[in-house]
Order: sequence, then C-alpha cells, then structure tokens
Amino acid sequence: MSNQAVTQTPEQASPSRDDAALLPPVDVIEDATGITLYADLPGVPKDRLNVRVEGETLLIDADLVLAVPQDMQASHAEVQRTHYRRAFTLSRELDPDKVSAELSQGVLRLRIPKAEHAQPRRINVQVA
Amino acid sequence: MYRSLFPRDLFAEVDRLQRELQQSFDTVSPSIRGFARGYPALNVGSTPKSVEVYAFAPGIDPARIEINLERGVLTIEGERARTLPADDGKATAHINERFEGRFRRVLSLPDDIDPAAVNASYRDGVLHISVQRRESAQPRRIEVQ
Repeated sequence: MSNQAVTQTPEQASPSRDDAALLPPVDVIEDATGITLYADLPGVPKDRLNVRVEGETLLIDADLVLAVPQDMQASHAEVQRTHYRRAFTLSRELDPDKVSAELSQGVLRLRIPKAEHAQPRRINVQVA
Repeated sequence: MYRSLFPRDLFAEVDRLQRELQQSFDTVSPSIRGFARGYPALNVGSTPKSVEVYAFAPGIDPARIEINLERGVLTIEGERARTLPADDGKATAHINERFEGRFRRVLSLPDDIDPAAVNASYRDGVLHISVQRRESAQPRRIEVQ
C-alpha cells in the first residue's frame, strides 16, 4: 500500500529502476517524414518527465504526482504505482538527435523525424 | 499484449509477470460494479471531512467533462478525441492502445456526503473531485460535564 498513487509522498516519487512501473498506453503513427508517438501519462508534471535516447533505445520515465490530503485513506485504487516507464527500439533511419517532446494535460507527444538520407550522388565514370 | 520473440532474460520476464499479476489483484476492495478497468481509471480515498475521487483522464478538454451527483451516485462522462490520422494512406498507425471515444464511469459515494459541496479540478490529465461530508456526520468530541 505504501507506493499507491493515492497515498504518495514526495519522497516515494522516485523509485529505483527495478521497482514495478505503470506501462503507459501509446499510439505510434508513422508518416512520410517521421514518427509521432502519443503516450498517456496522467498526473505527470513537466519537471517529472524524462525522455531520453540511449543508443537505439527510446526511454520514457515519468513520476505520477498527486496532491492528496495528508489524512486520506485509500478505499479503491486502480492506479497503484507512481512511476511510468516504457522503452522502444528506434530504427536506423530515425534521427535520435531531433526528437521533440511536448506534454499537455497528461498526454506526451513525441516527434521523431526521419534522418535526411545522404543525397544521391552521380558518379562520373572517367574514360581512360 | 506484446511479447518478445527473443526473451533475453527469463528471470526478468518471470519478474515482470509476477508484477503484473500483483498489480491486478491487490486492489483494495471490490465494488458491486466490479473491477472495472475502464477509462478513466479511478482512485478513491476518504478523509474524516471529505471523499476524494481521482480520475486519470489525460488529454481531455475539461469543459467537456460532465460530472453528475445524484442520490449518492457520482457519474463521470465525456469524450476523448481521436488522435489517429484519417485513413488516407499517408500515415500508418503501428500501435494503437490509447482510449478514444465516449466514456462513462459510475461510482457510489458514502451516505454522509453533502451533494452541495463538490469541487472538481483538472490538472496534468487528472480530474480531482472532492466531495465534502456533511457537518452533522463528522465525529464530534463530547465533553463530560
């Protein structure tokens, strides 16, 4: 019960990597110029969201923060963790340096553009 | 549910399964409406002075959430807009897990609540409804003369 979302205190908000985490639902949409990812992260303020790329892995880490009255007793809890985590493997044509993220009303929107491929070059054949 | 074709670490997989099982079973108390896992997810708690309801409803226009309290039954209704692209062949949805469309969740509140003292706020995708308990129902200390 100690790590339930409804009984959270700020000290408990940063569990270690091995703790159980919520798996946020996502939508992933690809178009000609890149990939857009939406993730549901209710209760996550901007400063507790951590999106990063490690090698080819895109990691989303976030803490759920609720302002709960101190003397509250939980009676029903469907959300019982205070940490969100999800990872994705990026494919090679995506540009990890140009990932942009915005968080609005508990929804994270990530845009991962495709890398500009090397321009096709014409190779002149030298005639000897 | 996604399952890796090449599990790298069997023990980590077992661990994950165990966590998932635990997460689905250690709900505090079942209600007559079942262990609904709908959208939005609900957490409910109480203090001596109020009942606190938290609805995890990200990505919603707060003006379009309808909250009704009738005879001690709280209803949260609304609609979540579609984010997936139109099916025009220009974009492909690879993963589609997020809820879209109309939702409705119903919750019965304790008898001693005051239907006139309800506060609702929406922040970071969490709808917080605070319902005060009636003054007369709150515990009072009785002085011995």
